[in-house]
Amino acid sequence: MGFLDHMELPVLPTDKTGEGNVIVTSLDTLFNWSRLSSLWQMSFGLACCAIEMMSTAAAHYDMMRFGVIPRPSPRQSDVIIISGTVTLKMASRVKMLYEQMADPKYVISMGNCSNCGGPYWEYGYHVLRGVDRVIPVDVYIPGCPPRPEALLEGLMKLQEKVRAQGKDIEFTE
Amino acid sequence: MPEILERNIHSHSLLHASAPVHLPDRVEPKRLHTEEMVLNIGPQHPSTHGVLRLEVVLDGEVVVDVIPHIGYLHRCFEKHAENLTYPQVLPYVDRMDYIAAMSGEHGYVTAVERLLYIEVPEKVEYIRVLFAELQRIASHLIAIGTFGMDSGAFTPFLYCFRDRETILEMFEKTCGARFLYNYMWVGGLSHDLHPDVLPMCRDFLKKSRATHQEINDLLTFNHIFVERTAGIGVLDREVAINGGASGPMLRSCGVKWDIRKDDPYSIYDRFEWEVAIGSSDRGEPGDSFNRHWVRMQEWEQSLNIIEQILEQFPRQDATDVQSAIPKRLKPPEGEIYSRTETPRGELGYYIVSNGDVKPWRVKVRSPAFSNLSLLPLLSRGYLVADLIVILGSIDIVLGEVDR
Repeated sequence: MGFLDHMELPVLPTDKTGEGNVIVTSLDTLFNWSRLSSLWQMSFGLACCAIEMMSTAAAHYDMMRFGVIPRPSPRQSDVIIISGTVTLKMASRVKMLYEQMADPKYVISMGNCSNCGGPYWEYGYHVLRGVDRVIPVDVYIPGCPPRPEALLEGLMKLQEKVRAQGKDIEFTE
Repeated sequence: MPEILERNIHSHSLLHASAPVHLPDRVEPKRLHTEEMVLNIGPQHPSTHGVLRLEVVLDGEVVVDVIPHIGYLHRCFEKHAENLTYPQVLPYVDRMDYIAAMSGEHGYVTAVERLLYIEVPEKVEYIRVLFAELQRIASHLIAIGTFGMDSGAFTPFLYCFRDRETILEMFEKTCGARFLYNYMWVGGLSHDLHPDVLPMCRDFLKKSRATHQEINDLLTFNHIFVERTAGIGVLDREVAINGGASGPMLRSCGVKWDIRKDDPYSIYDRFEWEVAIGSSDRGEPGDSFNRHWVRMQEWEQSLNIIEQILEQFPRQDATDVQSAIPKRLKPPEGEIYSRTETPRGELGYYIVSNGDVKPWRVKVRSPAFSNLSLLPLLSRGYLVADLIVILGSIDIVLGEVDR
């Protein structure tokens, strides 16, 4: 059944083969499913992690197979990946970009710098110690920089989170 | 340069009056009276290569002036260096020029070794130069790929990243890290070369020469690409030298200046290769096309160097790569300026030691910063679309510009 399995929706068997043509579901489930299957990402690079994000988007790792397509504008994107060190000068701009995105919107904090300040937390007088001080974060990815596999894992975690929205499903750690 | 940075919008008319506006042939001069407009590009923009902000003053579609605003990625490198011991500074060196981390490390360890008067084993030098040259290719691959994207070609980007992965695999096998390595230590290396790397390198040489040809066919000699870049953003030879340009930016003007040749460090004097310079076959020396063309040629020259390293590599040498690492790293009182050639140009470290385990001061002369400072001179009088091409051809890394 392919994508219907992925949806985890009740499908009524209507013909002899057992394959269903009728789907019974709630509107929330359908919306969540559509949202998680096309998480458009804002192509927004901050520092070193942005290069790993580019690697993830290029042929070898191919982020697009998850429906993640880079969009150059915040108004067209669903998820913002904070890929790199957020400095104090940049923090207000990051907040403004987040505010310009249309709901529902998600944030992935990629790398130690945006998680907590990373290697710059102690002496970095111009570095924000964690992007979660300015915008709410959904998924944190550790690493300096995280490998492309780690970024893909983070995206899949976000998909799980979107699937569980508005339901009593346990979000697996 | 800071003078230009601090200039506010109101003083543009003054700047405009004195700046020579040279229109390309194809643009008809404006006959109607038009008003200047200020356009803000960045810090979030796909073609600013990071978090650069450009304040562009436009007359119609013609660029009157560009003011780059930097500092969005100021990560306090020099302050960190004053607070940490010499080996602890290395990870921050990686994160400064993150596209060419190995080259940055090579520059830093060379500087500290000169300060300490350390001789490193021959084998270590060979591995360092091998990795620095592989890193140069990896860095140029990103520059070429993104420059293609800036001028409207998406495919070369995917081809370039495919080849870059092969190089990163070799680094990963040897030191465990894909991207930021902390591999070259003062006096040695963190790990010996992985036995798979030399065969992989030989394989890579063959494949990379084929890719070089492929990219040339796809991008460099593509008629649309040449039309888009040739004669755009011409940098004058004198201006380049006086403005402190280095690397492909300087060589594209026809200046044969490469620190690997003119002030050799490490073991670069043992190899035979050519310094790539810009030519007037397509476009004119110093334009955007020639900056790309110099990178393409350097890619080929790096392959030549790697080929010679593979021939000369001391395979029987069982020296421990960590044998020359000092147990207690405390340089004598003194100062040193040491420069190396990274993919972007002359990377200099000025280190002052007061005899402590921590450096008293580390000043970095970053090539990307000096090259970027010439952007206003390059782009006046061209169109907005050309500005993006010119910026792409400079190949800046904001981590190094802001430090």
